[in-house]
Amino acid sequence: MSFLTTLFLGIISAALVNNVVLSRFLGLCPFLGVSKKTSTALGMGAAVIAVITLSSAITYLIDHFILRDKLVYLRTIVFILIIAALVQSVEIILKKKIPSLYKALGVYLPLITTNCAVLGVAIDSAQKNYTFAETMIYSVGTAVGFLIAIVLMAGIRERIEHNDIPESFKGMPIVLVTAGLMAIAFFGFKGTIG
Amino acid sequence: MIAVITAVAVIGVISVLIGVLLGILAEKFKVETDPREAGVRECLAGSNCGGCGYAGCDAYAHAVVFEGAAPNLCPSSDKNKIGEVMGVCVLEKARQVAVVKCSGNCSNTRDNYVYGDETDCRVAYLAPGHGAKKCAYGCCGLGTCASVCPYDAIKIVNGLAKIDREKCMACGKCVSVCPNRLIEIVPADAPYTVLCSSRSKGKDVKAACDVGCIGCGMCARVCESGAISVENNLARIDYTKCTGCGKCAEKCPCKIIRFNGKS
Repeated sequence: MSFLTTLFLGIISAALVNNVVLSRFLGLCPFLGVSKKTSTALGMGAAVIAVITLSSAITYLIDHFILRDKLVYLRTIVFILIIAALVQSVEIILKKKIPSLYKALGVYLPLITTNCAVLGVAIDSAQKNYTFAETMIYSVGTAVGFLIAIVLMAGIRERIEHNDIPESFKGMPIVLVTAGLMAIAFFGFKGTIG
Repeated sequence: MIAVITAVAVIGVISVLIGVLLGILAEKFKVETDPREAGVRECLAGSNCGGCGYAGCDAYAHAVVFEGAAPNLCPSSDKNKIGEVMGVCVLEKARQVAVVKCSGNCSNTRDNYVYGDETDCRVAYLAPGHGAKKCAYGCCGLGTCASVCPYDAIKIVNGLAKIDREKCMACGKCVSVCPNRLIEIVPADAPYTVLCSSRSKGKDVKAACDVGCIGCGMCARVCESGAISVENNLARIDYTKCTGCGKCAEKCPCKIIRFNGKS
């Protein structure tokens, strides 16, 4: 397979077939919390893309050069440290550069720290012994998958907001039902790529 | 032992590096904040009661500085200090207090039944007759208002909510949780209040409670300034007209119009 095919298939596989939210159920907190408006969801998705890409690059280097042979047991705690620091820097930069987005994301921005999708990608690629290129493809694909899922969700939520929903389903229940239906739809991608 | 030292060293070095980098970044991307906002915030109570109409003390301080909100909306704040911070003269807003418009405690009100050990008025309200007391409009006495009060100003005394007028900041939290809508925010200098909310007919009121408004209208007749009206078998005082002469309290056969502070 040529490099381009690998790249394409890798991204498709990570973004759609093994979608981080809808197939692996990681990062559900921001997925449900910040998906009320498409614009905010886009901002959240972009922030997650930045954090995941940067954090997997840095965690790969640290894992490869410091932890790999003898200090594997330190992986989780070191990765969490790095992700927390990255999220903090994203927060500082956003606060200065795009205050409106900073306000819209609110508490969910620092919560990217505990977004298990970010840690999941870093640990997954370390455990599968990916090369640097593979790690990057995998992480960008996963982050794009998160963006796709959260923006789709926000679009659906904007549409169902004024629908006539039974009293007991109003609010979070209908959102969770929607998420379940979306997960079933994404299940249709299973098997398309080996 | 060596493993422990390496682990500590690795984490330590990484943490210090991250700390330094974050420090540099924070300095580089510093956001200028108005020192007045922190100054105003310091004068506020910090209990986030929401009585000013904003989401919390932080939001109110921001609104005072940047959105031109009135600086005297918080009754518990130090107005002179806010005035100094903002460079304006802040007038004291007329103080208000919450009043429980019910006098029926355990000794002067009769019960329909024993309710059991419910601890929330909003649950008891769903029972027949709006709680155990015979009067369907009275205080359930289970203290939901006391539990939401951020200033610890409400106590349940003998089955009836009592408000400490000194501690009350009129935030209105109790007003919105009381299922019987018994609590009203009134001017602190209103001399007399009607301490009953029963809209039942006089005979039914008497059967349920010794201290209920029977809607006789005696108070409205003796009031010289026309401040009292009786609607739905219940006397009501218009505080803007009340002169505080006290004739209504004298005449009231059930003694439910009372001088404030001695209730």
